[in-house]
Amino acid sequence: MLLNIKDLHVSINGKEILKGLNLGVNKGEVHAIMGPNGTGKSTLAAAITGREGYEITSGEIIYKGEVINDLAPDERANKGVFLSFQYPVEIPGVSITNFMRTALNAKREFLGEDPIPAGEFLKKMEEKKKLVDIQSKLTNRSVNEGFSGGEKKKNEIFQMAMLEPTMAILDETDSGLDIDALKVVANGVNALRSEDNGFVVITHYQRLLDYIVPDFVHVMYDGKIVKSGGKGLALELEEKGYDWIKEQL
Amino acid sequence: MSSSKKLKLPLELSLYDSYNNDLNGIQHTTIGKVASSRKDGFRRFEESGLPTTKLEKWRSTNLSKIYDNEFVIGDAKPDFDKEINEIFHCNVHGFNTNVYALLNGWYYSSNNDRLVTLEDGVIIGSIIEAQSKYPEIFDKYYNEITDPDNGLNHINSAIYTDGIFIYVPENVKSEKAVQLIKMVNRDTNIMINTRNLIILEDNSSLSFLHCDDSINQHAGFLVTNTEIFLGENATLDLYKLQNLNNQTALVNSTFIQQKGESELNVNVLTFNGGTIRNEFTVDLIGEKADANINGMYLMDDKQHVDNQVKVIHSAPNCTSSELFKGVLDDSASGVFNGYIYVARDAQKTAAFQKNANILMTNTASIDTMPFLEIYADDVKCSHGATVGQLDNEALFYLMQRGISEGDAKLLLMYAFVTEVTGKINILPLRESIDDMVKKRLRGDLSICEKCVLHCSKPEIPVEFEIDMSKI
Repeated sequence: MLLNIKDLHVSINGKEILKGLNLGVNKGEVHAIMGPNGTGKSTLAAAITGREGYEITSGEIIYKGEVINDLAPDERANKGVFLSFQYPVEIPGVSITNFMRTALNAKREFLGEDPIPAGEFLKKMEEKKKLVDIQSKLTNRSVNEGFSGGEKKKNEIFQMAMLEPTMAILDETDSGLDIDALKVVANGVNALRSEDNGFVVITHYQRLLDYIVPDFVHVMYDGKIVKSGGKGLALELEEKGYDWIKEQL
Repeated sequence: MSSSKKLKLPLELSLYDSYNNDLNGIQHTTIGKVASSRKDGFRRFEESGLPTTKLEKWRSTNLSKIYDNEFVIGDAKPDFDKEINEIFHCNVHGFNTNVYALLNGWYYSSNNDRLVTLEDGVIIGSIIEAQSKYPEIFDKYYNEITDPDNGLNHINSAIYTDGIFIYVPENVKSEKAVQLIKMVNRDTNIMINTRNLIILEDNSSLSFLHCDDSINQHAGFLVTNTEIFLGENATLDLYKLQNLNNQTALVNSTFIQQKGESELNVNVLTFNGGTIRNEFTVDLIGEKADANINGMYLMDDKQHVDNQVKVIHSAPNCTSSELFKGVLDDSASGVFNGYIYVARDAQKTAAFQKNANILMTNTASIDTMPFLEIYADDVKCSHGATVGQLDNEALFYLMQRGISEGDAKLLLMYAFVTEVTGKINILPLRESIDDMVKKRLRGDLSICEKCVLHCSKPEIPVEFEIDMSKI
């Protein structure tokens, strides 16, 4: 199993948010995680990627057979864990080019490889930006600075394409996107799907799942996954709303 | 020996003796204005003594530890036994400068080259030499705009040994940047007093790079007064690079007067130094003059930096902007004092000021004080000061992409100051400064044998000269 989360309990400032979550993702699978606001979806993303302040009080996050509970965020990233942020951070003064080159070389160093030659790097940039339809001088600008919502999300997927993770978590990648941008982002994700990687797609809405078709759909409520099913579950949720789940509990 | 009643500190008494003994004969000048200002400076120093934290303007900058050193004051003129380019190699790619040097407070050249006139008519050389050769220029400009308000200014006027003189005649656009290297190389603690005079006549322009470097680890106390005149429609780009050892204090006071439609661009880049104080007083006396005073400081250990910027809007329709940004680590401390004065007649003034700081530790500190005094009613003025830490959100974002915590912090600090370094107009210089910033943040920047700009191992630039618009 690529990612195996066992009975995960996570607290923020002493307040328990995840209360015994279980999730297993195999290579080649796309899992959608849905659920109302405040049920811990983003906390799950933060815990998997090792964000400071998210304390794992019990349980295990096992990635490629290794417990990664205590690894630093950069180490997890270099092992292939990627998070597409719900709110990508603006970093004035750091160009995307410099940022990506640094990130890519950090990963290569981690893997014991030599830094990427400049020519190869630029070719790769060229190739990957096409994937998400980035035409402008986007890559020469500071990271996310002054980007529209759509540009920010495209930039996330662009970075994912550059870094080629094995386990990608997309946290509300659809929020703030119009339908055209949504299609572009979804196409980018679909192009990156393969037998060797897995995706966890966190979303509120069914509409993203029309474009990124999941193998499994899970519903989170109050810090746990309370219902799992196939892609049909998302449609059911769309139709009946989350209250339907709550009533079942 | 000392007979002054008010002077008590050992350094004050040494300065008193240095003036009276006059071992270098600098008081024997026949240029009336210079002679009288030397006497006057000394008289005023006798009254004021050295500045201490009791003075409001020195409240946050304490020089008492520097005062405790025993210094050689008014060191003898060093022999000229090596060409500048033997001591110093300029190899910044694509950055061609005319290099001049001051060594231990003296203009460093052969006897024949103490004052030269370049092909384009620009006159450059020793201020002492210029005093006797161009007395009419000194009559007109010398000591006209200094506004000394402390004992260091006063004693500097009295006992400075030498300094640089630059005269750019009317309509001359000086193509090649002038680079002044101020070197300190003495096997003992030394106090150096220098004085500079820079004049740009109407419609002229100049790029001037002023580097302050220590060559060894001895304590230095460097005091400089500089007067700069910008004629109508003249443009000056002034870069100050400061890379001094932790035992050294630098106090430099620059007085600038700008006539109508002149443009001033200052970048003060402070990389290292025990205590560094930069005082700028800019007086905009002609309409549509524009002054941009920017600074960046990267301090750590127990270093201290103090930027005092005073912009006086005397004429209408002038613009000024100040942007100072810095990172303070360990127990470093800083001061920013930005003072904008808008005179009653200076309508349509636009004056902006910003000071932003990142404190890396709980023991680093910054004292930032904006001060606006406005007597005109139709003006646009703004000021802002921020003190904060590195953005944790950004830090996590970078680390999530695989960048180590150390590198991520470095990248964020670097990004923080690029707003300032990005304003450097000379591209090769900007790139070199960028390299220096990276090295400084990584802890690789040394007080090396050569000028900091010419470190033996410049970072190999990755060429991204590909048209990014196509990406």
